[in-house]
Amino acid sequence: MTTVPVVRIRNALVAAMQEDIEDRSALELADRLANEVAANGASMVLLDVSAAQVVDSFISRVIVDIARVCRLLGAQVTVVGMRPAVAITLVELGLTLDGVRTALTIDDAMTALEDGAGADAWRV
Amino acid sequence: MPTPGASETVPLAGSDDVVRARHRVRALAIELGFDLVAQTRIVTATSELARNTHLHGGGGRLTITLVADGPRRGLQLEFSDDGPGIPDLDLALTDGWSSRGGLGLGLSGTKRLMDGFTLESRPGEGTRVEVVQWLKRR
Repeated sequence: MTTVPVVRIRNALVAAMQEDIEDRSALELADRLANEVAANGASMVLLDVSAAQVVDSFISRVIVDIARVCRLLGAQVTVVGMRPAVAITLVELGLTLDGVRTALTIDDAMTALEDGAGADAWRV
Repeated sequence: MPTPGASETVPLAGSDDVVRARHRVRALAIELGFDLVAQTRIVTATSELARNTHLHGGGGRLTITLVADGPRRGLQLEFSDDGPGIPDLDLALTDGWSSRGGLGLGLSGTKRLMDGFTLESRPGEGTRVEVVQWLKRR
């Protein structure tokens, strides 16, 4: 099983999902992020999916679960850098990651979160 | 896989095989000339169906075939298993229905991604899902 790397940048945890993520790697990432947020108090979690070539119903559900769990632990989750083809396919599948914040780049995501812009509209 | 009718089979016994199936289907979709969005649709459908075969069907196989209809070329994917089968096909194809507490969009969503979708199953006699995507002429 490949492990999704997670790095800490200031108060954010950044997880870079691979181009082809296995189901169990995604589940392991979800557990690790929850534990890391709880242990070290990150206020934001950025899920970088820019390399991901496929986000199917399983991975989509894991992403939504990560957002919900991290929110309960005090961290905001933003999905960053989704490829257009992946977004188109997700919508056709009927999956829109409802309630999960999105941003085009990590920089955009961090700026928006630090500014607190649209905090109400973004509530998960 | 240059000529219509050529086919190959990928076993679907474990979760590693789901990844392997996605890789193989992507490589063939690229070779056939599908654009990026079509590749993503096909590989995502492969992921959904291969996972079903592995988890619900108790393992099975994917047969990938290059198909032709006159000048049209397409990729046909057949997922089959000898598992418990699906008792209610209409229900299984309903948005929001899931046998395992998932989102229930696997089969119905996959049907929307592909040009053709056929589901055959009987309780105790396994399941066969065949999907096809045609290359759009440019």
